[in-house]
Amino acid sequence: MSYRAPLQDMRFVMQELAGLDRLASLPGFGDTGGEVVDAVLDEADRFASDILAPLNRIGDTERARWQDGVVTTPPGFRDAYLRFAENGWNGIGCDPEYGGQGMPKLVTTAVYEMWKAANLSFSLCPMLTSGAIEALMLRGSDAQKQMYLHNMVSGKWTGTMNLTESQAGSDLAAVRTRAVPAGDGSYRLTGQKIFITYGEHDYTENIIHLVLARTPDAPEGVKGISLFVAPKFLVRADGSLGARNDIRCLSIEHKLGIHGSPTCVLSYGEQGGATAYLVGEENRGLEYMFIMMNAARFAVGLEGLAIAERAYQKAVQYARERIQGTDIAGGKDKVAIVRHPDVRRMLMRMKAQTEAMRAVAYVVASAQDAASRHPDAGERARNQAFVDLMIPIVKGWSTETGNEVASLGVQVHGGMGFIEETGTAQFFRDARITTIYEGTTAIQANDLIGRKIGRDGGRALAALVQEMRALDVDLATLTGADAQRMRALLARGVAALERGGRHVAEQYGKNIRAVAAGSVPLLQLMGVVCGGWQMARALLAAQRRLAADGGDRGFLHAKIATARFYADHVLVGAEALAETVIDGGDAVLAMDEAAF
Amino acid sequence: MKVLVGVKRVIDANVKARVKSDGTGVETANVKMAMNPFCEIATEQAVRMKEAGSVTEIIAASCGPAANVETLRTALAMGADRGVHVQTDAELQPLAIAKLLKSVAEKEQVQLVILGKQAIDNDFNQTGQMLAALLGWSQATFASAIEVAGEWLKVTREVDGGLEHVEVKLPAVVTADLRLNEPRYASLPNIMKAKKKPIDTLTPDALGVDVTPRLKTLKVSEPPARKAGIKVESVAQLVDKLKNEAQVI
Ligand SMILES: Cc1cc2nc3c(=O)[nH]c(=O)nc-3n(C[C@H](O)[C@H](O)[C@H](O)COP(=O)(O)OP(=O)(O)OC[C@H]3O[C@@H](n4cnc5c(N)ncnc54)[C@H](O)[C@@H]3O)c2cc1C
Repeated sequence: MSYRAPLQDMRFVMQELAGLDRLASLPGFGDTGGEVVDAVLDEADRFASDILAPLNRIGDTERARWQDGVVTTPPGFRDAYLRFAENGWNGIGCDPEYGGQGMPKLVTTAVYEMWKAANLSFSLCPMLTSGAIEALMLRGSDAQKQMYLHNMVSGKWTGTMNLTESQAGSDLAAVRTRAVPAGDGSYRLTGQKIFITYGEHDYTENIIHLVLARTPDAPEGVKGISLFVAPKFLVRADGSLGARNDIRCLSIEHKLGIHGSPTCVLSYGEQGGATAYLVGEENRGLEYMFIMMNAARFAVGLEGLAIAERAYQKAVQYARERIQGTDIAGGKDKVAIVRHPDVRRMLMRMKAQTEAMRAVAYVVASAQDAASRHPDAGERARNQAFVDLMIPIVKGWSTETGNEVASLGVQVHGGMGFIEETGTAQFFRDARITTIYEGTTAIQANDLIGRKIGRDGGRALAALVQEMRALDVDLATLTGADAQRMRALLARGVAALERGGRHVAEQYGKNIRAVAAGSVPLLQLMGVVCGGWQMARALLAAQRRLAADGGDRGFLHAKIATARFYADHVLVGAEALAETVIDGGDAVLAMDEAAF
Repeated sequence: MKVLVGVKRVIDANVKARVKSDGTGVETANVKMAMNPFCEIATEQAVRMKEAGSVTEIIAASCGPAANVETLRTALAMGADRGVHVQTDAELQPLAIAKLLKSVAEKEQVQLVILGKQAIDNDFNQTGQMLAALLGWSQATFASAIEVAGEWLKVTREVDGGLEHVEVKLPAVVTADLRLNEPRYASLPNIMKAKKKPIDTLTPDALGVDVTPRLKTLKVSEPPARKAGIKVESVAQLVDKLKNEAQVI
């Protein structure tokens, strides 16, 4: 058994923390009653664990290959993709008008977690396709939608996002690819894009590239970038495939991880110009990217959670099997390493952080559903503000934490963790990209201190702090040492977040470099406290369920123990992070640049 | 023709079953359940026969508690047209299930019943045979291939030492073996559609069937734990131990 979806925890989080039952009452989600959701999760688990998980290691060792512009994915990937598409998974969250299933974000989030945990390299292709679908949904013309969306939703064609160039990574304003009007309404692209995930592959007959480029008289910088759609094969009016477009895959990268996923250098216009069509209006490309950014960043945030879950499952299995040493409390028998307190500490740390990340991500997913579907405009706005504030946390904190958990997974394995054969090294390597693409952690933290806190003077954060404090009334009703400890540490953590956030809001306009120096610690602080908030809610729900005698007592007791661990080992660090946020900036900036 | 497939809800094949501490049975509370794998094969077979045009309607039946509806939905998502749930919390043994399925088969006027050859929970391998006897129909067990030929079914059976080819006249009961087919994964649209397919709920009483157990379980216990192995010094020692300690050669 290489991976099974943690269905019990997923369901607990969906029901107790993310309000699954409320979802069905939102317009358009009538089909998402508990029974259907259960069936969807069960079947997704089967697909993920039986088909995708066994290919994960093959992807790592066999890798995507490039020859003469043609990319071959690892053995088994293409078949798995075709089955994935045939079984309708590709369009799970898409608009039914184009053949999608229109499932709520909360449900697709759990399902996406499974794909990513089972096989991260595989999951990237559907993820990018859905990003491209979203761009076209958002700003594509009706004709563009008709031409591309049905086949992209069904998975017959895949999509890519072509943003990065060698001089334009975090700073997309530096994009240089040129788009010249051809006179017939289309444009001709010339330039080179790098790091394009699934920019070329053997899954499907066509690939629909979304490309950022500049028109000839576009203004400099962010306000001069436009978004284009450029198919690998041009599509005729009747929907059939026409000429091969002037887009070539020059090479694929040799990477630290996600070897199964081709990362392509794409060259546009070597033969005079690739045919492309403007999406939306000229010079508004980056603005569109920002609208889509929430979905993309959220999706990558899930990768941190997913890899953490996979690494945890593997570590538990190994810790039960590996016999080494004797019980520190005495006895001659050799024991499985799970008996050693420090191994338990590592496993608990992995478990607690994974569950905290899941709770935070699913709660944010559910808020996205409410933000888009709630009948009340005020509720929509309130949820949207929460989502906007939380996206950098889900992306930045979950991927950083995913790395930590994957690293602990290696540590639990001892020397075998460093040896590829166990597979845990792959999780560690694969996890590493997640803090980089779709905006590095620093870029998330910039977004947090700037757009999310600095711009509104910290109001959204203050509202969040208030919501966290409101939980205290419920926590106060609980008895027992676990609940009391959690209550006390959450109160301290929330106060620390408030201090850190207020400092950033106040200093943002005055002392920007020092604030920026503490931005990643602030992001971590916020992640740690949000995780604590959700684990406190989980503890509350578990104690209530136990009192009502409802459910699996073993699971509920474990949930309480895990929440308590989170409080004592993770949440307790919030105060330290707040100090770094508030006082740590000067030390970062003190030394002369030349002294490095 | 109309086909009835039986689908049983059992502990998921990937879950390690644990015996209850009082030895009365296997723990099923809070354990992940799924359709019996051989019932999946039976369902798949019916769906393929429908896709091939030899079957007009597939009715999936499941006997047991309320949660069996989930198992029926799985069958509906795979392609069955409607479900029949014989709802009861009573312990059901093969004879009782055979009697229940008999009355469902008669009520629905099916010409063919496909069941799994056995269920992975208690490995009885009896229901299909009993059902055929009760109905007075032909039976073909352990099927690894089924072909419709007019009023007849050509069935390949997996038997010790090889394959047996038989022809049985319809109506018939066929039980599915492992190699009959590889069940499909339900597609997402079909999972959604399954929700709208009808499921009739019946009870043993309404069907006039007495489900009182005829067998009494005395005790259920875990298999004995394997003892740790040892390393022998030499081949001679190995042979000695096999001869004298294990007494296997
Ligand atoms: C495997 C892989 C797949 C990818 N897939 C795609 C894809 O499909 N499509 C696509 O368009 N791109 C893709 N990318 C590109 C990816 O999004 C960029 O690599 C990423 O945004 C970082 O940009 P960069 O590599 O230029 O790093 P740089 O921007 O050069 O960053 C270097 C360092 O400087 C820091 N830094 C940079 N600017 C700032 C700042 N303003 N404030 C603080 N710190 C800063 C960064 O945090 C980082 O630590 C992929 C990359 C990889 C490796």
